[in-house]
Amino acid sequence: MLVLDNVHTYYGKSHILHGVSIEVRAGEVVGLLGRNGVGKSTTLKTVMGLVRPSEGHVTFEGREIGGMASHHVAHLGIAWVPEDRRIFKLLSVMENLRTGLDRAGVTDAKKKDLLDKVYAAFPVLGERRGQAGGTLSGGEQQMLAIARAMMLEPKIILLDEPTEGLMPRMVSQIHEIIDVLHRDGVAILLVEQNVPLTLEASDRVYIMEKGVVRHHAPAADLRANHAVIHQYLGV
Amino acid sequence: MGIPLEQILIQTINGLVNGMILALVASGLTLIFGIMDVVNFAHGELVMLGAFTAATTLATTGNFWLALVVATLVIAVFGALLQVTTLRPLLGSGSRTPQEVALTTILATFGISLVLQKYALWQWGPSARKLQEPITGQFTLFYLQYPWYRIATALLSAAIIGALYLFLKYGKYGIWIRAAIQDRVMAQAMGIPVPLLHTAVFAIGAGMAAASGVLFGPLAGVTQTIGADFTLRAFIVVVVGGMGNLGGSILASIFISLLEAYASLIVSPAQAVIFSFVALILTLLFRPTGLFVPTPK
Amino acid sequence: MRRSATSYWIGFSIILALLAVAPLVLPEFWRRFVTEILIWGLLAMSSDILIGYTGMISFGHSVFFGLGMYGAAAALLWAKPANLWLALLFGLAAAAAVAVFVAYFATRLRDIYFSITTLVFSQIFYVVIFTWTEVTGGENGLTFSRPALAIPGLFSVPFTTETLHWFVLAVVTISFLTIRRVTQSPFGMVLQAIRENEPRARAIGYAVERYKIVAVMLSGLFAGLAGILYAIQNKFAAPDFVFFLVSGEVVIFNVMGGIGTLVGPIAGAAFFLLLREGLSRYFTEYYLIPVGIIFTAMVIFMPQGLLGFARRRLNQ
Repeated sequence: MLVLDNVHTYYGKSHILHGVSIEVRAGEVVGLLGRNGVGKSTTLKTVMGLVRPSEGHVTFEGREIGGMASHHVAHLGIAWVPEDRRIFKLLSVMENLRTGLDRAGVTDAKKKDLLDKVYAAFPVLGERRGQAGGTLSGGEQQMLAIARAMMLEPKIILLDEPTEGLMPRMVSQIHEIIDVLHRDGVAILLVEQNVPLTLEASDRVYIMEKGVVRHHAPAADLRANHAVIHQYLGV
Repeated sequence: MGIPLEQILIQTINGLVNGMILALVASGLTLIFGIMDVVNFAHGELVMLGAFTAATTLATTGNFWLALVVATLVIAVFGALLQVTTLRPLLGSGSRTPQEVALTTILATFGISLVLQKYALWQWGPSARKLQEPITGQFTLFYLQYPWYRIATALLSAAIIGALYLFLKYGKYGIWIRAAIQDRVMAQAMGIPVPLLHTAVFAIGAGMAAASGVLFGPLAGVTQTIGADFTLRAFIVVVVGGMGNLGGSILASIFISLLEAYASLIVSPAQAVIFSFVALILTLLFRPTGLFVPTPK
Repeated sequence: MRRSATSYWIGFSIILALLAVAPLVLPEFWRRFVTEILIWGLLAMSSDILIGYTGMISFGHSVFFGLGMYGAAAALLWAKPANLWLALLFGLAAAAAVAVFVAYFATRLRDIYFSITTLVFSQIFYVVIFTWTEVTGGENGLTFSRPALAIPGLFSVPFTTETLHWFVLAVVTISFLTIRRVTQSPFGMVLQAIRENEPRARAIGYAVERYKIVAVMLSGLFAGLAGILYAIQNKFAAPDFVFFLVSGEVVIFNVMGGIGTLVGPIAGAAFFLLLREGLSRYFTEYYLIPVGIIFTAMVIFMPQGLLGFARRRLNQ
């Protein structure tokens, strides 16, 4: 469904991605592991249209999206949950959700449906729905960021380090959410530093190093064989 | 010094009236800056063109309120066209830092302001146009006869700004605009068509500027140069109020107008503007994010 | 590199020679015109120190120009007989005094806030000069006589159009060489580093504030010098020259000619003045419409200016 083929990306003069090739099929959870600075976030940003690839192709459902403006990318069914969450701090929780909810072709009944679903999955957000996003705790903001992405009813969610800075209890909550989304048929491209979580939650895993994909295997294989993990991540 | 109380109270009302008109101009300017980092040097010229357009409409139809509506719409559309042709190419690349964009846009809009000023001179000639006020009549305020029209402008400006506030707070597009002001990139990643929002906000700002020009028209003659005064004052207000901060710019408009109103009790009106300048410089030196903005966390 | 340096100086000498010969061959009007181009070119160069090299866009350069002018006026009205060197001294002192304030702002304010402040600051002076009629002559300005080229005790020769032109040419040339020297020195390199990336320059350890102060002082002094020359040439000082429009035109010269090149702004001044002269024949006072359109288009599509554009073409 989502294919990156030999993608090169630059930030100014820095050559970040040196030919990344990744594939995510419909409904899959794909993990993307790697040390800091190898280009994992940049890969997601390239898909989302926030940076333009200088070489290579990004295709979604057969359509070329490399360099497409990000609001068009979102309309195609790709949602982005960035590393620093980027909640609209001065907007209330409800208004944050509305930025994804207020789309063309969504009936009021459907909107209510989506909201109910999200408040059921994240009760805390329901409680705080009138509060400003900036007043939420880190974990709550992360939940809001994911909930907001879900409002787009996406086919794939680009999740960038969702467990960063969260307590273990919240980490398992994130794991649950990923499973729920997986069951609903939403594909996920999961960028993480947390190796155990990634191996548990993903179907397949890519490992990146210095802007290229170095290894690629089903998660089950990597769960069994830790040597590869040690080799690339030193964990 | 012994300035009579009545004079002070009259100047207070003058300050409030002028403040509301200025707020109409400044709020558009600050929104435009907030959402796209554009410092619109030609904003005053939009005020001026609004006044001229209304003058022409008034001359043909004889209806002030119709002229107000026509001028607002025409200049709003003009603003949208202007943004799409000259500013969008500048913003498009996205490879520039916000500061670079701000500086480049101030240069580009400076060029535009020159063209618009001289165009107005060519189109409407050098003599001042007079806009006849729609509400004549005065009421007794202390020892003065104070025109009803002035009160009407203040109320109308307040109404327009109130409508803008409600639109931003509750409408679906209002949420989009507020989201884009806070985080343009994330807003766009949520599917919000940010480039279109830019054009829309610029059009709204232009329309508001035009409206204030029309309201201001009957208070003084309309010439090509009135724009520059508005631009300067609007800049001062926007900085003092906090760039991108709507509530701040409204408060600052009233503050600056009151300041100048009181100052003109002591010095000549031409010199009263120096007080505003000083207020600006002091704000920049000691509270650069804006006088009416809560201290940043 | 060496080849281009030689050709640079050859080009320089040719232009210098042409400018020196100009008053002898051109008709009266054009003689004065060329002198004016030089003066505005000096003003534009001074502004380039801030805009092109340090990255601080000043919208208030008219204040230095105007104060240089009025300072010179003060000297020429006060001391009898009119003394050239006193005019220079007073003018530069006035410009320097104002430059101190602007330098202070430069250290406290960044980017757009600095630009708006310079605009507002110069407008303050405009209003003061315009309304303080007893001292500054208000709207009508001040008129005075042109001083003689004199070294007290040695000789005194009144200026003719030609000798004045050569005097201006000499001053502008020396200024150009001086500014050039400064911008190509290590000091100038630091300024450019500040323009490129101020936080990084600071992180490397440069005392950014000090560099900015010196840049502003230099810029202000040379702008004031231009004002003095203008006063001497035209024998009057008027508030119009402190008005924002002059600052705006200076920015136009810089952008059109190519910022950060020194020669560019002079070319930009010449280009603008010639455009104005030419277009006002057809468009009379509306010449600013086509000029404004050209300027805006250049900001959007050719931000490197004429010189930058030409340089790119030549390099290809």
